[in-house]
Amino acid sequence: MKEWIFTTDHKRVGILYLIGSMAAFAVAGIMALLMRAEQFNIGLGVASEPTQYNTWLYFHGAAMILGFLIPGLTGFAANYLIPLMIGAKDVAFPRLNALSLWLFWMGIVVALLTFVIPDAPDIMWTGYPPYSVKTAGNTAFYVFTVHLIGFSSILGAVNFLTTIIYMRAPGMGWMQMNVFVWSLFTGLIVQLVFVPVLAAAVTLLLFDKYLGTHFFDAAAGGDVLLYQNLFWFYSHPAVYVIFLPAMGLLFEIISTNAKNRPFNYNALIVGMCGIVLITGEVWVHHLYTSGMPDWIRIGQMVTTLMISVPVGVMVISLWGTLYKGAITFNTAMYYGVSCLFLLLLGGLTGIPLAMTALDLHLSETSFIHAHFHFIMGIFAAFVVFGSVYFYFPKMTGRMCNEALGKLSFWLNFIGVNVTFWPLFIIGVKYGMPRRYYDYARIPEAVPYHHVATFGAVLVALGITLMLVNWIYGAIKGPKAPENPWRSASLEWTHAASPPPHGNFPAPVTVSSDWTPYNYK
Amino acid sequence: MRYVSALRILGAVALTAVPAFASGGGGEIADPAHGWDVLWEHVLLDLFIIGGLFAVVAAYWLFKYRADSPTEVGTGPTLTRAQMFGWTLIPAFIFMADDFYLAANGWTLWNTYRTVPKDALEVKVTASMWSWSFEYDNGATSDVLKVPAGRPVVLRMTSEDVVHSFFLPKHRVKEDVMPGRVTYLWFYPKEAGKTYVTCTEFCGAQHAEMNADVEAIPAEEFNTWLASAGAKAAPAAAGEQPATAPGSAL
Repeated sequence: MKEWIFTTDHKRVGILYLIGSMAAFAVAGIMALLMRAEQFNIGLGVASEPTQYNTWLYFHGAAMILGFLIPGLTGFAANYLIPLMIGAKDVAFPRLNALSLWLFWMGIVVALLTFVIPDAPDIMWTGYPPYSVKTAGNTAFYVFTVHLIGFSSILGAVNFLTTIIYMRAPGMGWMQMNVFVWSLFTGLIVQLVFVPVLAAAVTLLLFDKYLGTHFFDAAAGGDVLLYQNLFWFYSHPAVYVIFLPAMGLLFEIISTNAKNRPFNYNALIVGMCGIVLITGEVWVHHLYTSGMPDWIRIGQMVTTLMISVPVGVMVISLWGTLYKGAITFNTAMYYGVSCLFLLLLGGLTGIPLAMTALDLHLSETSFIHAHFHFIMGIFAAFVVFGSVYFYFPKMTGRMCNEALGKLSFWLNFIGVNVTFWPLFIIGVKYGMPRRYYDYARIPEAVPYHHVATFGAVLVALGITLMLVNWIYGAIKGPKAPENPWRSASLEWTHAASPPPHGNFPAPVTVSSDWTPYNYK
Repeated sequence: MRYVSALRILGAVALTAVPAFASGGGGEIADPAHGWDVLWEHVLLDLFIIGGLFAVVAAYWLFKYRADSPTEVGTGPTLTRAQMFGWTLIPAFIFMADDFYLAANGWTLWNTYRTVPKDALEVKVTASMWSWSFEYDNGATSDVLKVPAGRPVVLRMTSEDVVHSFFLPKHRVKEDVMPGRVTYLWFYPKEAGKTYVTCTEFCGAQHAEMNADVEAIPAEEFNTWLASAGAKAAPAAAGEQPATAPGSAL
């Protein structure tokens, strides 16, 4: 126990990140179920009063993004895989790494206090003032959660960027790195640049609410839009802090299971760098209806649509990886293939939202709710789940049950589609607003909500079976072969499963014609 | 170069398959809500073509290239420098072309949404937690937004407390309402009928209940109502005691 808590081994840090982020996912998932139950019918149902629903909504959003998606990818996957993939013994600053883990866990604990403190935060994960300043809810707990997890992210970003730049195995050039390493390199640059902006924004919120400043108080010369600009200046890039590593991991799963090197690797890397360049110029698409000047709404419609160019190049690369492959279908690949579908669905539904005029109807409806769940929530979550199956033999030295894995996959995949397709429809058709515990004006939407709630139950079942599979597999699963997926990447070819502290039995060097995708 | 030419053909097909955008509305006043419906259908078609193409290719390859034996390896192509550039730049230009096509049409509709027709009826909107109130030129106030059918309506909006958003689902338009700023939107109630406005920026406990009726009534009926509502409001506005019990005039 002690050696886990005080560990500086990147693999243990990674696994502790995974446990923390899955805990956040589980609690946030229960909140989702409660909300779906509340929306099942018109009128107050399972919630005792509307503010209780709003607290669930706050926790669900904040915990899923700050507690699960970002730490799941840049905490768990990055920690576990980066040093192994580049042939390093550990990260550049192992003790800093431990600190970032502790801060993350403290953030999770502060977030969980939501359920204990009186007047829990009810300000959504966005925390817009003046509401967040005026509310009786305890905005400070939101701010502290962001501070802790944000600080943890910044430390992690510095650590991994240094590790990737300086600690690659001798001989490993930039264009020989795993796609996942590149995706994290680009994603963490975004993280490092933009997280401080969020920290600043929420700190001003804290000052306004508790110290009597007036940054966002229009009556005293402040401006309510300042916060929204600062918040989305971080929070849109945050989408790519999730999207880029998710794409990187997806390439590892697809490439290994198709036994094909990523198609047009160079273009793929250029595409990722393109996203870094464009990501800070699109935040106004979250403010299309916020009374911003017309010229910037139109300007950022163009920049937002242009994201399809680097993403499109990455998608061509992803698809091309299947071409003339030798494709095998294990549970990880099931998740991988489903992500191709989720990427199309979630990505393409973003296009009407990018168009300012169409957004005047679609924004803040359940259409947008379904869109970002598919592309950010479900796509990234499925990549994380797939990667746990994929790296399970590496992490535990044991195998999961494939049949149970596939069964739970189908429950999850069917479940998310049953949940979110109806929300697309009622968003366009009836303008069903999001963040509503009740919708008395739209009785036509009731049957759609019934279907969506049923879907959520399927997902809950699938996730439960998945967790059972992981826990049982880690304790009792059959012993895994050294390289079950026949990967060519260093973590499989040069390290034991699970790797000991220090990772490799001997220092790793690679030749100039080596790539992590030379399948044999 | 085989791949390059294949891509060229795909690109040409994708571009010609997207039909030219027909401008929305034939009447004198372009109704943004109608323009929205037209543009939405075009965008949806565009998305179905792109999505369908990619989905079919993925499904076909996943089926065709499944491994026959557990030791098989893929034989994907190694690209020459020209192919690398081709497979990057050509798709990039196709996506960019589609982006500009969508942006141009989106901008056209945007201009319709943001250009208020000349003879529009102006109504002041004040939002507060958790209700809407409407004030007309002659001082008349109401908690139902009554408007004359067949005349565009422009709303000048502000909030007394937190950020709200004025959403008319039927007219496919919304704009945030916030303290310290005045924002606007306009809509075109062509025919008499009832609909509602609802709040779409999270504003606390009763956010989901923050809605109000919007009634489009024949112009004459509207004028009569406005005159009588204005007359009731006038004494209060002049600082005199209202003739009836406090509150009943509203």
